[in-house]
Amino acid sequence: MTFTQWFQSWGGEAFGWFLATTVLILMIALPLMLAVAMIIYADRKIWAAMALRRGPNVVGPLGLLQSFADGLKVMLQETIIPSAANRGLFLLAPIITFTVALIVWAVIPFGPGMVLADINVGLLYLLAASSLGVYGVIISGWASNSKYPFYSALRAAAQMVSYEVSIGFVLISVVLWADSFNLSKIVLEQQGHVLGFFNGFGFNPLLFPMAVVFLISALAETARAPFDLTEAESELVAGYQTEYSSMSFALFWLGEYANVILMCGLNAILFWGGWLPPVDWAPLYAVPGIIWFFSKILIFFFIFSWIKATVPRFRYDQLMRLGWKVFLPLSLIWVFLVSGYLMLTRYGA
Amino acid sequence: MIQAFAFYLFAAIVILSGALTVLSRNPVHSVLWLILAFFNAAGLMVLVGAEFIAMLLVIVYVGAVAVLFLFVVMMLDIDFAELRSGFVRYGFFGLLIALVLAGELIIAGGAWSAGAIDIANRTAPVSTDLSNIEAMGALIYSKYLYVFEAAGLVLLVAMIGAIVLTHRERKDVRPQNISDQVKRRPQDAVRNIDQPVGQGVEL
Amino acid sequence: MSVIAHYIKTFTLWEFVKAHWLTLKYFFKPKATINYPYERNPLSPRFRGEHALRRYPNGEERCIACKLCEAVCPALAITIEAEPRDDGSRRTTRYDIDMTKCIYCGFCQEACPVDAIVEGPNLEFSTETREELLYDKAKLLANGDRWERAIAANIAADAPYR
Repeated sequence: MTFTQWFQSWGGEAFGWFLATTVLILMIALPLMLAVAMIIYADRKIWAAMALRRGPNVVGPLGLLQSFADGLKVMLQETIIPSAANRGLFLLAPIITFTVALIVWAVIPFGPGMVLADINVGLLYLLAASSLGVYGVIISGWASNSKYPFYSALRAAAQMVSYEVSIGFVLISVVLWADSFNLSKIVLEQQGHVLGFFNGFGFNPLLFPMAVVFLISALAETARAPFDLTEAESELVAGYQTEYSSMSFALFWLGEYANVILMCGLNAILFWGGWLPPVDWAPLYAVPGIIWFFSKILIFFFIFSWIKATVPRFRYDQLMRLGWKVFLPLSLIWVFLVSGYLMLTRYGA
Repeated sequence: MIQAFAFYLFAAIVILSGALTVLSRNPVHSVLWLILAFFNAAGLMVLVGAEFIAMLLVIVYVGAVAVLFLFVVMMLDIDFAELRSGFVRYGFFGLLIALVLAGELIIAGGAWSAGAIDIANRTAPVSTDLSNIEAMGALIYSKYLYVFEAAGLVLLVAMIGAIVLTHRERKDVRPQNISDQVKRRPQDAVRNIDQPVGQGVEL
Repeated sequence: MSVIAHYIKTFTLWEFVKAHWLTLKYFFKPKATINYPYERNPLSPRFRGEHALRRYPNGEERCIACKLCEAVCPALAITIEAEPRDDGSRRTTRYDIDMTKCIYCGFCQEACPVDAIVEGPNLEFSTETREELLYDKAKLLANGDRWERAIAANIAADAPYR
């Protein structure tokens, strides 16, 4: 009896389904919020260590409770709405960012069968939902009625649209190989993908460059360093968050990091075998899939922080050049190569 | 029950936000209402089982086209008084077009409900064993291959046209050539010399 | 040949890999910052921190209300009023330092002929209200009593160079 069926057994078909789904959503969303709090702490710690600093170490043991202290501080702040701002949209923007960052998780498979919505077009849903994330930034930038948020909104709009193009092509080459848009099927397709031993498209020399392109594009898509031009503090104060305070600011913050974790998870799912162990060796399957998946997310998050600590921020024209003149042609060529290879091998010439 | 509720919810929001797109005074609000309309239209698509179309609608229209709309409209500095001054002049013409459209809709709706059209012809045949994407792919890349390719060609021409129209070679600026900069080595740019005292430097 | 090497370097992101290797090495290095409230950097005997008014060992306050510190203060942070005391000696009735104005230049300390006003080694005297930073004579004398040992040691350590 599955989880949903148990609820349906005593709550009736429709109501039971509704209850079960609500509980499942909470089971994803609440740990996610906790994970965001801890990952912000990890981010600060890693970044600090690479700059030979200590990072947060006062609140709680090793500073582990720092994020909660910050959250409490933010909640006790006063919500300030600039008098010239567009009130409704100003408050709507952080809610959009936060909601979009959460709904994307519906299709993420945490383990075999552990997925809220196992839909056929899972990857497209991901792409669609993540392309909505830009609205929070644009609307906040416009509604703030202030020049720095506005510049930030313009930058965000152009940046995210640009990098979605190359992400789309990367996804196409993955989908071509996996023969499905369903994320669970994509993961299962990676079992023993290379030499019947390595689990993950990333071990395939033909797809490894795409894994790198996807990693870098994911940085740009989530506006993380070195592509955090939307909140470049040296030129735009804090970008689109400039006029925000209190909970509306916190929602941006949570949404942003939820997106970062999502992109880490997506890297793991698309190229490094999701919940599968890295190599196809029976004893490794004794470890539950969800642990493999989470450790892969953590590894990718370390890489994200590592990049943030290493690479200086790009200039805006360099960002656009990388997106349109390097990644777009490269991923386009790679779609051609991958489909050509598959045409020759899998489908016969 | 839930399907009917969802349908009426999505449909009502589509119509409402469509109306607000037209009626909003602020063009940015108009675009945002339009986005809401797109979004709920995608919801309707999901309801009829066309999840691929729904996702494409969200990715292409909401994720890209509407972003660019918003991008442009946000930067407009609109004088509303001036905008409304032409209302009387264009009002009649606009009303005429609206009447024609409404008439066409009524005629189409009448013909639909009159029952003269066979139900099999109203809806596309749906095969249950094929997934949405596969069904579309099978259709596009076999039956409608040439039309599809032609559409692609039209888009290519439009893209080239846009580039030709907007691209201009600027001779008065020196663009950065990152590759050249990275290729530059110290020994190409710097030399160590033992300069005798009292003699000028040769540059 | 170098052109080929250049392109190989570009497409393998060699420079990025090298940079990341460097930061990874730094990740495991000992921290350069100290764990502040628990570890502290050594302070010079000349460190100019919070002000204090000192007393003689017999308990008599040192300040003789010469107002040299008030005159020399570039930030006009010091206000002094003086009157003869009952025993005829000249003493301050009011000695205020506005710590929000003070720039911690140490001129008052230099000007003082009797080593009465000094800037002690205390640097943690932040307050929650502005009013608490307007020090009066009682507060300054209390500071002097509390920090006397440290201040005396610092003055003794600095004496050979004066």
